[in-house]
Formats: sequence, C-alpha cells, structure tokens
Amino acid sequence: MTDLQAAWRDPELDKHLVDLITQAADRPIKLMEVCGTHTVAIARFGLRDLMPPNIALLSGPGCPVCVTANRDIDLAIELTHVDGVVLATFGDMMKVPGSYSSLQREKADGRDVRIVYSPLDAVQLAADLPDRQVVFLGVGFETTAPAIAMAILTAAQRGLDNFSVLSVHKTVPLALEALVNDPEVAIDGFILPGHVSTIIGPEPYRFLAERYHVPGVATGFEPVDVLQGVWMLAKQLHEGRAEIEVAYRRGVSADGNPTARARIAEVFEPSDAEWRGIGVIPGTGLAIRPEFAAWDAALRFDVTPPPPKEIPGCQCGEVLRGVTLPFECKLFGRACTPEHPIGPCMVSSEGSCAAYYRYTDYGR
Amino acid sequence: MCLAIPARVVLMNENQMAEVDIHGVTRTVSLSLTPDAETGSWVLIHAGFAIQVVDEEFAKESWELIKQIEWVDGDPAEVSA
Ligand code: SF4
Repeated sequence: MTDLQAAWRDPELDKHLVDLITQAADRPIKLMEVCGTHTVAIARFGLRDLMPPNIALLSGPGCPVCVTANRDIDLAIELTHVDGVVLATFGDMMKVPGSYSSLQREKADGRDVRIVYSPLDAVQLAADLPDRQVVFLGVGFETTAPAIAMAILTAAQRGLDNFSVLSVHKTVPLALEALVNDPEVAIDGFILPGHVSTIIGPEPYRFLAERYHVPGVATGFEPVDVLQGVWMLAKQLHEGRAEIEVAYRRGVSADGNPTARARIAEVFEPSDAEWRGIGVIPGTGLAIRPEFAAWDAALRFDVTPPPPKEIPGCQCGEVLRGVTLPFECKLFGRACTPEHPIGPCMVSSEGSCAAYYRYTDYGR
Repeated sequence: MCLAIPARVVLMNENQMAEVDIHGVTRTVSLSLTPDAETGSWVLIHAGFAIQVVDEEFAKESWELIKQIEWVDGDPAEVSA
C-alpha cells in the first residue's frame, strides 16, 4: 500500500494532469473543496500554484471542528462544570475557542476533559468509571457519525447508563445547496469530500447537478487524486455537462457503505444544525432518536450556557463560506498564528487559516 | 478530521474487533461497519473503525488508466469506471 501511495504522488503524472486541466479550462472557473483534508493536501503539495490562471481553488466549510458553532462548544464547556461529568472528545476539539473558553482551558482549570482516539474508548471509560458520567462530544461529518452511532449501540447493549453523547454532527450534501444559493460565492463545481463519500456514495449529491447544474467529483487526498478531480470538473464544464462523478474509486464505491449508513439511520435522525459562518441549515444535523434518548447528553443534563458571542475581528465564518481568503483577515499571521490562534480556522490543523499559514507564504 | 488511513487486517478477534497493521504499528479496531473485511483485507481506518474495504487491484488499475488519458479522447467516465 505504501507503493500504492507513492504511485499517487508521481510528479510526472501531476504534470500530465495539469496539462489536461489547462487545456480544459477555457474560461475562469471557481472550484470549491469541502473537506479539511483536501484543504491541507492542496496547501501542502502546493497544488494551487500548479493551477492555470483560469482556475480558482476555494476552501469551503469542510473542517467539522471549524464549522461547530460557538453555542455548541459553549454547551460542551458548560457540561464539564456538572458534578461528576467526564467529557471525552477527539483531540481536535480541545483548543477550539467557544465564546468564553475552550475545553483545553477548562482542563487546565481542573475540569475532567479527556482525549480519546475512538468513541469506543469513551464507552470503555464509562464502564471503568461507574460512579462518573462520561459524556462524549460527537463532532464530525458522515465519515465519523457511524462510529458514534456504534458507540451508542454498544453502550445500550452493555447497559451502560452513565454514558451519553452530545451530538453536534453535521451532514454535507444540503450544506452544499446553501453554498450554491449564496450569490457571493458563485461556485462552478465541487471537489467532493473523499471519506464522507466513502460512507454516503455519490448519490446524495446528484441533486446539485440535476437541480442547480453544478458538477461534483468525489476524490482522494494524494496530489494525483486532487488533480484528477480538478481535471474531471474542468472537463465537465468545458463540455457543458453537470454530473456527479468519482475519481477515488479505491475509497468510494457506487453505493458508499450501506452498513455504516444503516447504523447512522438507526441511532440518528436529521435535525437542524447551526454552522459557523453560514447559520442554521435545516436537515444537516444528526439528533439522537427518541429510542436512544437515554444516551442523549442534551436531554440528560439540564444546562444552559450563557448567550454565545463571536470572536472580535475573526473572519473564520467568511473564510468557511469561501467569501474571504485566510490572508485577507487582518489578524492572519499577525495576532493570529497556529501558536497563538484566535479563531477555529487557525486552531484546527485542517482549518483553512492554519493550512495557508503552514504551507504557503500568501499574505506575508 | 475525516482522514482515513489504510491498514491491513492481521487478526480477527471476537465482537467484530480485529488487529490491523498501520505502517508497521498494530492497532485494535472494530470491523462492525465493514462486514466483508477478512484477514488480509486492506481497509480504511477512521476513529477506531474500518469504514471501507479497499480494492487494491482497482487502485492500480485506475492509476494506469490516468497515465493513458489523452485530451481528445480522454473520457473521465472511463477513468473512474
Ligand atoms: S486568521 Fe485567525 S482571526 Fe483571522 S479568520 Fe483565520 S482564524 Fe479567524
């Protein structure tokens, strides 16, 4: 597999694809990637600089940590103040600032906040600490939601009533509709997230092509993958087509992963969700179904955080919509750096601001 | 955050758990989302779960195809087929 990975980092193949892209891009086109891992790959491999002048690569709301609304982070922080609560979450969430604090700061202040690699580790933690209440902060898109669903099913099966989940999960396709309808952005095509598509397959994006005539290509994370995706989009636009295609067949099958989707559907139901920078998008949240209410932290604990407020001067919301480029923020690289991040787009390693700062010299 | 890492299934345990090899590091993950995975399968790992069984042959094949694309008759559908 390592050989295989090397094959997808072949500079000659890159050049071949860039030639193809240059020929296909006969007018200015704006492509948006909606996956934090793509944001990093594009910055890290310098793919933006390889593009012909006609092609603009924008970053969208693809970093689950970044799009989490302050209100939701504030709620998680409030839960750490409840007697007996252990809050477990993925490492990415620790440093993200809410309105008033971050989980990391709360941990430093003595609250019990723990990083887990898998949500099953949080279930085990609940089994090991029967006198405590373990709350897992569930963040992530369709890629991650099946794992959290399995954690709830496992806790239910093991009869662990001291485990619960605060679900701030989000789903991607309807968020793309919100972006298509945003007159400030005017996107010509989407580079679709590879591992979200691993779960949902190409079908749920089809409406974008059919209703809005915006094409999409699901692709992987090596340079060749991304360039192939860009080329397939440029070619569709050149030919006046709008279809949903897959450039990452080793990771995305025609039907996605039906088992994983069945687990999501068993435990969660669609709900409204608030996205940083975009606002509430109906149907893009995953609420825990009433059958599993016993494991829903939002119902188990009666806490109300203070009203949320925005971070002064941070334009992360605009960055997430592709309206503002990271280096256009006045704080970028000055007050706000990965060492001293001000907003979530710089805190998360997959945030657009962090990716631009680490791998490019734009704005400096 | 949606990164998934390729790994090979080394040993199947009970409760749909398995030991996988990730670049020489052994890790225990759940195969409950990939019922088709077996010993020797390549899988993509995310948050302690295998989320996809990878078809290795398929990967090589599509890579070979890209090399052969010419602009005039390059058909993206063929690449991804
Ligand atoms: S550079 Fe920092 S302050 Fe500016 S938008 Fe990005 S995260 Fe916010």
